[in-house]
Amino acid sequence: MTQTSDYNFAYLDEQTKRMIRRAILKGLAIPGYQVPFASREMPMPYGWGTGGVQVSAAVLRPEDTFKVIDQGADDTTNAVSIRTFFERTAGIETTTTTGDATVIQTRHRIPEEPLSEGQILVYQVPIPEPLRFLEPRESETRKMHSLEEYGLMHVKLYEDISRHGHIATSYAYPVKVEGRYVMDPSPIPKFDNPKLGDMAAIQLFGAGREQRIYALPPYTNAVSLDFEDHPFEASKADHPCGLCGAEDSYLDEVIIDDDGTRMYVCSDTDYCEGRRAAGFVGAMAQAGDGEILTTQRELEITA
Amino acid sequence: MSPLLSVQNITKYYGSHIGCKDVSFDLYPGEVMGIVGESGSGKSTLLNCMAGHLDPDAGEVLFDTRTDGPRDTITMSEPERRMLSRTDWAFVHQHARDGLRMGVSAGGNVGERLMAVGARNYGDIRTKATDWLERVEIDADRVDDRPITFSGGMQQRLQIARNLVTGPRLVFMDEPTGGLDVSVQARLLDLLRGLVRDMGLSAIIVTHDLAVVRLLADRLMVMKDGHVVEAGLTDQVLDDPQHAYSQLLVSSVLQV
Repeated sequence: MTQTSDYNFAYLDEQTKRMIRRAILKGLAIPGYQVPFASREMPMPYGWGTGGVQVSAAVLRPEDTFKVIDQGADDTTNAVSIRTFFERTAGIETTTTTGDATVIQTRHRIPEEPLSEGQILVYQVPIPEPLRFLEPRESETRKMHSLEEYGLMHVKLYEDISRHGHIATSYAYPVKVEGRYVMDPSPIPKFDNPKLGDMAAIQLFGAGREQRIYALPPYTNAVSLDFEDHPFEASKADHPCGLCGAEDSYLDEVIIDDDGTRMYVCSDTDYCEGRRAAGFVGAMAQAGDGEILTTQRELEITA
Repeated sequence: MSPLLSVQNITKYYGSHIGCKDVSFDLYPGEVMGIVGESGSGKSTLLNCMAGHLDPDAGEVLFDTRTDGPRDTITMSEPERRMLSRTDWAFVHQHARDGLRMGVSAGGNVGERLMAVGARNYGDIRTKATDWLERVEIDADRVDDRPITFSGGMQQRLQIARNLVTGPRLVFMDEPTGGLDVSVQARLLDLLRGLVRDMGLSAIIVTHDLAVVRLLADRLMVMKDGHVVEAGLTDQVLDDPQHAYSQLLVSSVLQV
């Protein structure tokens, strides 16, 4: 698809991008701090990644290669439409290969393949305030952040343990950044939390509706909150991937027939496809019929 | 002995209207001070000024801090004041739901102050929370229930447990027995009296219920229209009121 000339490069006008870049720079200077910014109306509904799209638009250069993932997959509606959006409005190269991308916009996952210096990971964030469901007043949560009063965050974890016997928060698991700000890492599974800290790539978080941007510069320390006697544990389904046999990747549970038969597949499609191309075969795939299963899985996920 | 809390000329105006004016007193460790008066007499304004919830227009509130001795809590920085209100101070609200997190279990409510001052061991927090629930006569097996399922009296007792768990030295109470029926009030007062004596707490109790101050308070201040009209030992003021308004207040109590 070619770029239309009706829009400025990457849709937003230059002044808006400048304003967003300022917010990003401030966010990078104060890791984990939520910087307010004048979020624009985007041609998509709130909740579809308006924050991430604005951040991506502000950091994209004409020579960038762009990748979009939605829950790890390159082929779901959200990922496909945002990728097409930037193909049209910026005319940039897009890819599904993690290693080839310079900017990756993600919804709710961190790619399995370790990212490298020079890459930027842009998160779509629905609710940037980790304390929101505990303290409804914005004035109060801001004060709590500025005074480092984070006891309430542990009240949430306490409630989890008292109700479920273990910390049941499994996504959007709060982290403390460089011993200072408590941050919501967007609804990534807590399996991905250990990857947040000390990452070589720049991590940017954009919340469009809530008008906040925050960031983790490369190699920033990010510690998941926990109790001494209930330490943080990165959890995943206890299965290998049905298609590629990977035991170290985060898995989606897919029901494949009316009898409730399940298969577990990598949520990161690029990682799974890469492994299958390299010859790894999972228990539910024979060599060669990976294509059929992939199609079936797409049907399941989009249904 | 130096006073724990020394209040000097606290004045608060709401526009041109007087909230409270030129109130001064000293509170010594282990002492319970009652403040009585009718609605609108400025007793809650005074309490909120002392507890740092309101900014008074003039005056000083000197608190004898553990580390630095007497400090003016009004001019002290907000982080310091909030730290005080989590550790050495406690505030019991009239309505338990103002002082509790209704969506959080009883144990979480009691544990919040512990976690706010850095407790990070779940087992310890829970043991302490259960222990405190028992001290305020709430069954230990209700520790995971939300306060929404508690009766009014239980909610008030839970609020007290939540406030006292960090071992504060000064408790502010705003009508702690308001809205409770008399038998529940009696048990709550009994409990409070026990806790205040056992822990050697100092307390400032705002109430319009003279029976509450008779039972709990060592000293009494009577307020009217923002001014203190009479102050003295509780029994002295209640048995031999000097000011016309105190006389009216004492004689207005219904005798059953």
